Amino acid sequence: MNRQSATADVPSPARPAPGSAAPRAHGTSLWGLQSRYAPYLFVAPFVILFCAFMAYPLGRSLVMSLYKYAGPRTHRYIGLGHYRFFLTDYLLWIAVANTIVYTVFYMSLQIPLSLGLALMLNDRRVRFRNVFRFAFFAPFLVGNVFVSIIFMLLLAQRHGVIPRAMGLIYPPWLETSWLGDPINARIAIVLASLWLSVGWGMVFFLAALQSVDRELYEAAEVDGAGAWSKFRNVTLPGIRPVTTFLIVTGTIGSLQLFELPYVIFLQEGGAAGPKWAGLTIVMYLYQQGFEVGDLGAACALGWLLALMILVVAAFQIRASRAVREDER
Amino acid sequence: MTRDAEPIPLSTRKAPKDIAGVVLHVILGVLALLSLMPFIWLICSTFKSAGDFFTYTFLPWDADTGIRWHDLTLENYRRLFAREPFALWMINSIFLASAYTVSVVVLSSLAGFALAKYRFAGRKVLMLVMLGTMLVPGQVLLLPNYEVMYTIGWLDSYAAILVPSAVSVFGMFLFRQAMLGVPDELLQAGRMDGCSEFRLWWEVALPIVRPMIGAFTLLSFMGSWNSFLWPQVVLQDPARYTLPIGLSNMIGVPEYQTHYGILMAGTLLSILPVGVLFFVLQRDFVSGLASGAVKG
Repeated sequence: MNRQSATADVPSPARPAPGSAAPRAHGTSLWGLQSRYAPYLFVAPFVILFCAFMAYPLGRSLVMSLYKYAGPRTHRYIGLGHYRFFLTDYLLWIAVANTIVYTVFYMSLQIPLSLGLALMLNDRRVRFRNVFRFAFFAPFLVGNVFVSIIFMLLLAQRHGVIPRAMGLIYPPWLETSWLGDPINARIAIVLASLWLSVGWGMVFFLAALQSVDRELYEAAEVDGAGAWSKFRNVTLPGIRPVTTFLIVTGTIGSLQLFELPYVIFLQEGGAAGPKWAGLTIVMYLYQQGFEVGDLGAACALGWLLALMILVVAAFQIRASRAVREDER
Repeated sequence: MTRDAEPIPLSTRKAPKDIAGVVLHVILGVLALLSLMPFIWLICSTFKSAGDFFTYTFLPWDADTGIRWHDLTLENYRRLFAREPFALWMINSIFLASAYTVSVVVLSSLAGFALAKYRFAGRKVLMLVMLGTMLVPGQVLLLPNYEVMYTIGWLDSYAAILVPSAVSVFGMFLFRQAMLGVPDELLQAGRMDGCSEFRLWWEVALPIVRPMIGAFTLLSFMGSWNSFLWPQVVLQDPARYTLPIGLSNMIGVPEYQTHYGILMAGTLLSILPVGVLFFVLQRDFVSGLASGAVKG
């Protein structure tokens, strides 16, 4: 991760010690053993846990998805029955559509907002940069569940801060129902996610902007490039790796959305929100597994989600490569 | 907040540049206020009585006397601790997040060290298998792991939370990448001086990757502190709840839907510890976090 600073603050290894080879020479039995088997010892706890709680469950999940469960003990084999059922299950399609709409809106707002904040903070006129950075980053420290509780009340009809502020602009907006209306509820989820994560993206963009080579800007200025042209031809290519990283990880995270809608709609009659506006793929998986009690159906949903994430991530990484080739 | 009160210079020659600077600060100041507004509102709301909670946006006030400080109350905090085992949830969360962080840092760094600095049989296969599993979302493991916990009788115990999560493939790769930068000559010199391999990990490799450990520690602690789905699934006894589980269960209780201040007091106290940890680790955090991604 941090290779340059790695060698900086290390005490010099050059120590002329004449007898230093001694412990190695006569410790052939026990000493030799410890150095030979050390790497195996180091990875052993990790590998054991990995096998027990990742490798085995992965295989087990595939098997379970072929069974229909009625409780953890009673199940019967149905082959690809779950997968066949879900292809025509309209609730799943609602969940998929909700998740995709959320991901598209959230990502297409988060990336420009984060970048915009970073560009403003990176301006050399800005003072108190650390204070601003903290103000924008602080929401990221708040967990999903706590964000949901805060936004549940910030958005409360007629009483919440947000309807009140909007009512000052246009009085009827005071009566807007945020969490009871299917469209507004979706906007509310995006809003809460943005508050939580714009600062996170900003920290990455800020670091990337500061690492763009100054000389490239100077060269562009010599060529008579304007502000937009410099942004387009120097800044954007310079921050490409970070942008790709944020888009790919952000999308993968968005496709797994669960806590925000689950907690925000706990009050609004059922966890899925008005007209299933808050039903996401993972929430459907949770309901199938722990409310319906069909562990097999939930496993099948998990694999459908895995497939979706794989396809989307592969597509994004390929697209990012294509853009980079283009620029050359 | 820090809306910058720079005096606007009167000299016309410098004006355009400085006006742009002031405008920039005003925009940043407004945005920072917007970003902090939920926190300010949250702090205010914990001190309001149930009657004032929705009547006043922030603090109770009068047009002639200003803010009515004497109407503020600690009642919400008192009732939170009296009605709910909130102190217990806090202790549970601190214990689980700390234990998780220590175990995940130790195990990931040991494995990362071995994979970066030793040649041993099975190394390549191990890395390939682990890379492969990183592509699969955690929800695929949810049900089979639940079944495992059910079978070995770990449901409603902390072992169910701590043991499976101690293996972080992401953390292992992070440490491996960082420890590739540990110079081999340094390790060799340590061996000459009679260091055991274990001491080389502890006294040579770990100090070198320190900035990254700071970032990884904070992210791990936060991840565990805020985790919801798995604890929600395995924990049943309210005395074992963590803060997110306890608070989300409070939402459904009718009393707290008329006394929101209690819920808000709980929320504020739940956010504070992570904020404190962030202040402690702040410097390492921002540098350690971003350096990996910038180099792509």
